[in-house]
Amino acid sequence: MPLYLRGKAGTVEAVIEPPGIDNEEEAYGRNAGMKRHYYRVALPMTEIWPDYVGSPRDGLRIEVFETWLERI
Amino acid sequence: MGPQEHDHDHDHPDDEIAQAGRPGYYEVMETAVRELLIEKRLIEAEEIRRQVEVLDSRTPALGATVVARAWVDPAFKSRLLANGRAACEELGISFYDDTGLIVLENTGQVHNLIVCTLCSCYPRAVLGLPPDWYKLKPYRARAVIEPRAVLAEFGTVVPDDVEVRVSDSTAMVRYLVLPQRPAGTDDYTEEQLAALVTRDTMIGVAPATIRTGSTVR
Repeated sequence: MPLYLRGKAGTVEAVIEPPGIDNEEEAYGRNAGMKRHYYRVALPMTEIWPDYVGSPRDGLRIEVFETWLERI
Repeated sequence: MGPQEHDHDHDHPDDEIAQAGRPGYYEVMETAVRELLIEKRLIEAEEIRRQVEVLDSRTPALGATVVARAWVDPAFKSRLLANGRAACEELGISFYDDTGLIVLENTGQVHNLIVCTLCSCYPRAVLGLPPDWYKLKPYRARAVIEPRAVLAEFGTVVPDDVEVRVSDSTAMVRYLVLPQRPAGTDDYTEEQLAALVTRDTMIGVAPATIRTGSTVR
């Protein structure tokens, strides 16, 4: 999960199939094989960069693993 | 200027092609891991050779055939937008890993641009190896901070009423941009259309035009 998006508010557009393993846990040998979903998340550029130069409709899309998402 | 330095405005055709200096940290680590995997019989040298060969065989010409087909065949296009990987496999393009492919359609309302801010994720199965600029930090950082300025540097000025949509590829999914079919190509064959579809048009830094396939004179 890239730093520049942490704490930002977005909208889930789609669930990515199939589920993937949790790389961060897997790297430490924990929860081996546990799978969760990635979600395709849409964020307005103005949400990420308050002084964004461009159209207010410009946006970003990214796949985020379930453990990095929080319902708001 | 010392004896080793001089202006490089000429070629050195007689220079020996040799490795310069000692291998770097990651080069040594790659060799060590590769040799260990082979020694422990988890993977064979022939498999590594074959995979490198497959990777090197991929070029943007594959992506161009996909785009041209989508331009002439609306049913294929809807399958491509629904499941990029399955539609490419229909055309005989194999995927050698677990990545999915999302195809992003450029329209009069939306201009898509792809980037990998973390490293160099790229739709290698359909485009081959990424260009150097795609892997370098300036593009990776600026594409998500000021995409319109980056596009303008590539000669692509996106009107204000068109949404710029940047897809940051960081995980299981790779992206391919489906550029708009250029005007004035109604009588083009699929093959002629494919010649207009270059690497940059499928990354989203340039539109496909009736001139994209030609060489600068």
